[in-house]
Order: sequence, then structure tokens, then C-alpha cells
Amino acid sequence: MSENNEHNTEKEIDKLTGVETTGHEWDGLKELNNPLPRWWLWVFYACCLWAFGYFIVYPAWPVIGGATKGTSGYTQYKELRASQDEIIKLQREYLDRFEKASFEEILQDPALYAFANAGGASAFKDNCATCHGTGAQGGLGYPNLNDDDWLWGGHVDEIYTTILHGIRSGDIDGHVSQMPAFGKEKILTSHEINEVVDYVLALSGNDHKGSNDHKGSDDISMMPGQKTFKQNCASCHGADGKGDKQFGAPNLTDAIWLYGGDHHDVYKTVYNARSGVMPAWKTRLDDNTIRQLTVYLHELGGGQVDEIETDHAMEGDVAIPSVEEAAEMVAETVIDAVEPQTVEEDIPVEEIGDEQ
Amino acid sequence: MNPLKNHAFLEKHSLVLLIAIVVTVLIGGIIEIIPLFRQETVIEKVEGVRPYTPLELAGYNIYIREGCYNCHSQQIRPLRDEVARYGHYSLAAESMYDHPFQWGSKRTGPDLARVGAKYSDEWHVAHLVNPRSVVPGSIMPTYGFLLKNSAKLYDLEDHLKAQKTLGVPYSDEMAVWAVKDAKVQATDLDRIDSDGIISRYGENVNIRDFDGNPKFISEMDALIAYLQVLGTMVDFEVTKGINLDQEESEE
Repeated sequence: MSENNEHNTEKEIDKLTGVETTGHEWDGLKELNNPLPRWWLWVFYACCLWAFGYFIVYPAWPVIGGATKGTSGYTQYKELRASQDEIIKLQREYLDRFEKASFEEILQDPALYAFANAGGASAFKDNCATCHGTGAQGGLGYPNLNDDDWLWGGHVDEIYTTILHGIRSGDIDGHVSQMPAFGKEKILTSHEINEVVDYVLALSGNDHKGSNDHKGSDDISMMPGQKTFKQNCASCHGADGKGDKQFGAPNLTDAIWLYGGDHHDVYKTVYNARSGVMPAWKTRLDDNTIRQLTVYLHELGGGQVDEIETDHAMEGDVAIPSVEEAAEMVAETVIDAVEPQTVEEDIPVEEIGDEQ
Repeated sequence: MNPLKNHAFLEKHSLVLLIAIVVTVLIGGIIEIIPLFRQETVIEKVEGVRPYTPLELAGYNIYIREGCYNCHSQQIRPLRDEVARYGHYSLAAESMYDHPFQWGSKRTGPDLARVGAKYSDEWHVAHLVNPRSVVPGSIMPTYGFLLKNSAKLYDLEDHLKAQKTLGVPYSDEMAVWAVKDAKVQATDLDRIDSDGIISRYGENVNIRDFDGNPKFISEMDALIAYLQVLGTMVDFEVTKGINLDQEESEE
């Protein structure tokens, strides 16, 4: 910068562009004094104005007595409620009736039934699918909900209670039971456990692999594990091994295994015991959603509509369907009950009937 | 004198320019900083939010160490879809004892603000050891090593004291008992020694073995203890009476 520029008050106009210069000069190069583009400047001013307006109209700034409220009364909570009300308004036609209807009435009424199934299917994916699988096919330790084998009962009221309060969830009304860890707590020797596992596998019609002592024994009642079973297992699983829903004790005579059905898996189960946990949903989901889920699951699981079966009825001549039959039943149910967009289509039918 | 035309005056008088800069920065500073001093006025008064127990705090530290916040947010926005999927929108009060907060900004995985009590401990163990075993399409990394690492408990007293300097209401008693409380929470399955931790942190403390191995307090225990308490402190049945939306009451 040349020294005399400081005192140069006369405007110098650049000859080529006709723009005034700042008077700064570097080795003969002069700086043009172009103003900011007008459009930019006006947008800038408009933004400043808009900010002040926003400050006045909307909640903005925490001051001594709390945040400024703004003149519009806007809050995100109100907006949320308005958008939720939109949906409730659309559902109102069904909701009014749904809230008052008993499960029996819902099952009878095709419109309510479809409403409950649709709501249940979507609530299932958000909340239940993480453990029970997107198609309710279950997994190791998480029951398959497509079959008609129910640990704690498959009647609508029983399903409702289970969802509401959970299983070993800490909820005071939740299902609680505890299988003893027969090996870990040294109730049975490993030899006795091996025998009882063979017996249980024989009950279910599986090949009894593992300790081969009893392989090929045709008469189950002659097996050495039977005595141990009667003394230790029958009080919950029943003398015939068909389980008891009062204790959540699974039926051991079918081909459904929650924790695996080969000798090694069943041995581990008897040795360490199992106690799966399902959370209570009553604090997380509203009652309508839980009822929708109940109807949805009831349908998925083959839909027990009779009165709650007593233990005696259970022990009677209830035919246990073979795996193929069960799969077929489930496949039919699934096709009938579930909207096309659910994921069942990519689950092979064989898997549905057979839990891990 | 038109300020638009005469900026040359500012530019040529360094002292005036300095003062103008200071004034401008101060205005910006006041607008941005003053609200932080008034933060408490916008935190809802709700019952039930307590500081993390020492074991939960150890889990919180693991959560940060493993960078869980890179993929999981902890903030349910008041939007219809989010509330339908994750539950009640998050309240400021629910993260007021998080230093630093774990709101996150990206959801590669789901929001975790209300993951507490949503799944069983076994599920969390299975999922952290191999996410694909329970969620087939998951891209979450595996964290099986948490089962083998012993949870770092010995310095919990210092952690509590540090959090206290940041405004978390830990008492001196809580700090002194920190290590013991952490051990009790993960191992006292029969509730023999639990009176102390319950008197300090209240009834809403999950006292159990979280990782399936009651003999060893692993990092898995700590992390799951933390995850299982997320979003469970406020009882929304009770809170219904409290007007979260202060504006409503004035209308």
C-alpha cells in the first residue's frame, strides 16, 4: 500500500470497468470497490427480520421464569397430539366397538377381527419380532407362535394375561415357575440325567442318541429313566410327559423343542434348567394394542376357541398332530389370517411346524 | 452518515473496529450462552429419575467406550411414527444426569431411549455376543468379549465423584459405597445385602445376574444393567397428572 493512499480522498474510477477503486495499490494492481450484490444483501436483511419474527411467534429462549412461549402457542407436543388424533379419528369407527367388545365378540365379528389382526401384526413387528422372529417362527429359547403348542395356554384370555404381565418378568402378576437345575444342584447324577434324557426323547418319538445303552428298546416303560422321570419330572410335566400349562411346563411328547431336541441339548436343559423371560407389556403398550396383539397371536397359533381346557381334558385323547399335520394347519392359518405384506412367505413351511 | 457506505471508517480505525468486533461477538455469545444458565427452567419436573447406580454407570462408560452412540440414538422425538414405534417421547429430565448425554444423531440401529425392560437379559447377551443369532439382518458388530472382560469397578468411587462435580446428585455415602453397591447389584440374587443399595437408589433398581454367570461380574453385566434401566425411570402412569406441556395449563 502506498503511503499517500491514506490521505487520498478523491474517488478514483477504474477506466476499464468503470468501478471505483479502494485506492489500494500493489505494484500497480488496484482493488475494485464492488459493493455486495443487492439481492444477497436483501436476502440477508430478510433473514434477520424473519429471525426476529420467529423469536416472537414461536417458543424461543429460556429466560428467568422459563422459556419464552411465543404468541402462536405452538409446541411439538401439540403437533404430535394432533397427528395422533388424525389416526385415532380414522380408527374411531372400529375403536369404539373394539374397546367395548369382548374377545369372543371380536372373534365373531369379521370387521373387528380384521381390524385387530392388522393392528396386532404391526405391533408384533415393532415389539415382539425381535425375539419371536418377524414371522413369529421363534428361535432357540423363544417359542414359535405359529404352532398350536402353548407353554402358558393358548386361549385368548391366557394369551392376553401372558402379554400383559410377561413371564418371569418381575411383574407381580407375571407367570413364574422355576425348573430345578438337576445337574448343577446335584439332585441327579449325570448317569441318571442321561437315562432320563433317553426316556424323554423316547417319549417324543425321537431316536435316542447319546448314551447308547437303551437304543432300540421298544418298550418305553421298561427304560431305566422312567423311574427318575416319575420321581423328579412328572410333578410339573405330568406322568405322561404332556406338560402342564399352569407351570408353563412344556409338553415333552411332541417334536417341539424350545432349547433343542438332540440328546446333548436336552441334557443341558435338565442339567442347568431353563427359565426364559418375557417382559411385561402393560407398562409399554396400551390396552387396545395388547388386545389387538392377543387376537393376532391367537389366530397365528391355531386359535383355541374352546373354554380353557382343564388338565384332565389335556391328558385325555387330545391328538397330538404330527409335524407335517401341524405344519399344514399352521400354513393354512397363516394364509387365512395374515395380510399379504407380512413376512411369512419366506419361511419354509417345514420350519413353521417345528420349533428348534 | 450511511453505515453501508462508510465501512471504510471502521476498516481504517483499528480501535473502533476492535470495539465493534467485541460488541458483535458479545451479542452472539449472550444469545447462545445465557440459555445454558437457565436450562433447569426447561427440564420437566417428573418423579422417578435417579442417578445411575454404580454398576449402571460402569455400563454407561462401556456404552461410550464402544461407541454405541455412533449407531444408536437415545432420543425419541415427539413424532407420531416414533412414538408408535419406541414409546413415549423422551423428556429432558430423563437424560439430565447423563454427562455426556447420549442422544446421538444417527440411527443405523434402533433408538435405545426406552430399550430398558423391553427384552430379556438372555436376549441382550445373545444379541451382543452375536446379533445375527436373534436378528438375522443385523449389521451390528459382535461384543462377545464383554462376557470375558471383568467390569472395571475399583475406580467407580472416583467416577461418582466426577459426576457429582457436574451436578449429578450423588451423595458422599453413595460414592463411598460405590464399589460395594456395584457388586451387590450384580450378585445379590437372594437380596441379602440389598438394603443399602435400595436405600440409596430406591426400589427401581434391577438387582440380578445379567449375563448368566452369577460368579463373575463382567462388562456384559454392567452394560446390560445400564441398558435395562434406560427409559424405565419415569412412570408415565403417574406422570399423566403432571402437565409436561406447560403451555397448555395457561390456556
